[in-house]
Amino acid sequence: MTDFLYSIFVGPFADMIALPDFLMQVLWEGFVAGVLYALIALGFVLIFKASGVFNFAQGIMVVFSGLTLVGLYELGVPAFMALIITLGVMYVLAFSVERFVLRKLVNQPDIILFMATIGLTNILIGLGQWIFGGETKTMITEQLWLPTGSSVWEPNGGLVIFQHIDIAATVIAVLMIVGLGFFFSYTKVGRALRAVADDHQASLSVGISLNQIWVIVWFAAGIVALVTGIMWGARSDVSFSLQIIALKALPVLVLGGFTSIPGAIVGGLIIGIGEKIFEIYWGPLFGSGVEGWFAYVIALIFLLFRPQGLFGDKIIERV
Amino acid sequence: MFYREAGQYNTTYEQDLQAFPIKQDKIGIAIWLVLAYLFVPFFGIPGLEYGFAMNAIMIPVLIFTITTIGLNILVGFTGQISLGTGAFMGVGAYACYKLTSYFPDTNIIILILASGFVSAIVGALFGLPSLRIKGFYLVVATLAAQFFLEWCFIRVGWLYNYNPSGAIEVPQREVLGWIVTGPSAEPMTRYLVVLSILVFLAVIAGNLTRGRIGRSWMMIRDMDIAAELIGVRPLTAKLSAFAVSSYFIGVSGALMVFMWLGAAEVESFDVNHSFLYLFMVILGGLGSITGSFMGAAFIWTFPIILKELGKSWFGINATVMENVSLVAIGVMIVVILIAEPHGMARLWQIVKQKLRIWPFPH
Repeated sequence: MTDFLYSIFVGPFADMIALPDFLMQVLWEGFVAGVLYALIALGFVLIFKASGVFNFAQGIMVVFSGLTLVGLYELGVPAFMALIITLGVMYVLAFSVERFVLRKLVNQPDIILFMATIGLTNILIGLGQWIFGGETKTMITEQLWLPTGSSVWEPNGGLVIFQHIDIAATVIAVLMIVGLGFFFSYTKVGRALRAVADDHQASLSVGISLNQIWVIVWFAAGIVALVTGIMWGARSDVSFSLQIIALKALPVLVLGGFTSIPGAIVGGLIIGIGEKIFEIYWGPLFGSGVEGWFAYVIALIFLLFRPQGLFGDKIIERV
Repeated sequence: MFYREAGQYNTTYEQDLQAFPIKQDKIGIAIWLVLAYLFVPFFGIPGLEYGFAMNAIMIPVLIFTITTIGLNILVGFTGQISLGTGAFMGVGAYACYKLTSYFPDTNIIILILASGFVSAIVGALFGLPSLRIKGFYLVVATLAAQFFLEWCFIRVGWLYNYNPSGAIEVPQREVLGWIVTGPSAEPMTRYLVVLSILVFLAVIAGNLTRGRIGRSWMMIRDMDIAAELIGVRPLTAKLSAFAVSSYFIGVSGALMVFMWLGAAEVESFDVNHSFLYLFMVILGGLGSITGSFMGAAFIWTFPIILKELGKSWFGINATVMENVSLVAIGVMIVVILIAEPHGMARLWQIVKQKLRIWPFPH
């Protein structure tokens, strides 16, 4: 019994102190995973704020955009041309979702809209496999001028490895979030988006077109998905299993709050770092693989005590 | 005017409360039952090879109908969305497997029906968060159940008796001298067992949903605060919905492994299957038992039909047709949600109405 308690409450911490370099490596890995979770969650939040739709298809949009990019490149399109065409595809997707799905479902209960996005997920999975094939693809990292390789840092005896692509992913994510922040605060469209997020009817009455805003916001989510797809694809590979991993954005959202962009980022980092630390130090206790459910269980506990998340608006209705 | 129910009067309260008050409906149900019990077991589906018709179409469709009825109780009748269906089926399957190894001499059908109770308890446990949260938040809670249970099926060796392959394999069991489970069981016996359990459970579900409990579920779905004000206790209503729904799902999971697959690993219970069952509910019709039959049958047979058609008519290979059917089902989900949120069950009602008033439009 004492052994068991020791292995829960003392052992892992002793390990952490004994090998600080390894701890740092774990933290870094968790941090990068967290950045990517945050990016997926960001796509969810954008759409949820602007249209109240919980877009279940965000995960598959990540896969679909990455797949389109690599697929086009394999067809012989130059890398940057492929990037631009993929952006075009994401715009067409945003436009058709608004025109053929959202517009027809205005005023339906949220749950119906949610199920419609699950249907959309199915369409995108089918289309992606149909056009580009279901096999795993390698992301075109070098052709997009993304760094490869790694640097080793030796602080005190041990070594910490930083993959260059991870650093690039972090930098790009930060740039994108800052960019989005500017876009929301200083441009006309961005302000219109915020107005719509605040109050649909009020923004309609001052002449903001909801339909246009929805296209824009789905397109923005598409861009976020593309960036996430490139980064995640560069770290592992572009495959449809990514879609299941992308579901982890849901616990991230529960933690951060469904309506808060900072919440998505902080939530992503907490989940990313938390699950890596838990997997490495406490995982052996349960048998490995705890990464799969750790995030969800944390979210479940959170839901019981603070359902609006860390930063969310207190909109949740108590039953 | 293909049929009409004019002249059928209810003269007692019992007549008024029947599940099928109209004579034509009774005849219709009787025809279906005769077909299912007397025609299909002996002749299969006309035009198809008998073993294929049984193993690839009839048995899975009947099993998934039970799943769909279960999920429909939760999603369609109570309005609580769940993405943990696959895992709850797994709970039923593993529970049944453990029960067979502890009670090797007990009648297997009793064990299958009993394993549903394990699943019901687990379901009610994971339904607890629904008392405080709803909508998308509940989706996260059920996903937690899905992934946690999936992990348990892999890591907890006790569940599969420390079998090195990690799979559960169905032992051979006999009921009244007939081999019901295991590799040497005849498709016909398995079909009849599954069919009888389905009929039994469908009658229970039909009566539950039109009775007091079912009405309290629907009240919670339509407006929980109003329901609470007129005396429905959300705690009992929601947890009973979770428990009953999980019972059905658990039984169908046990049937799936014992009567159809023969052996199962964790992949049979993953989150993609949960989506599949949700599609069956949406396409069939939210809040309809009849719809559950249609949804399960349609979603299961549609890709098979499409694959066969693609192969024999256009010479397209199977993988392409699989993707086509994915896209087609996705499109159908969206179209159904836009055009007819009550699904195929509602379409069937419209057809019946048209038959009744034909040739007049009103």
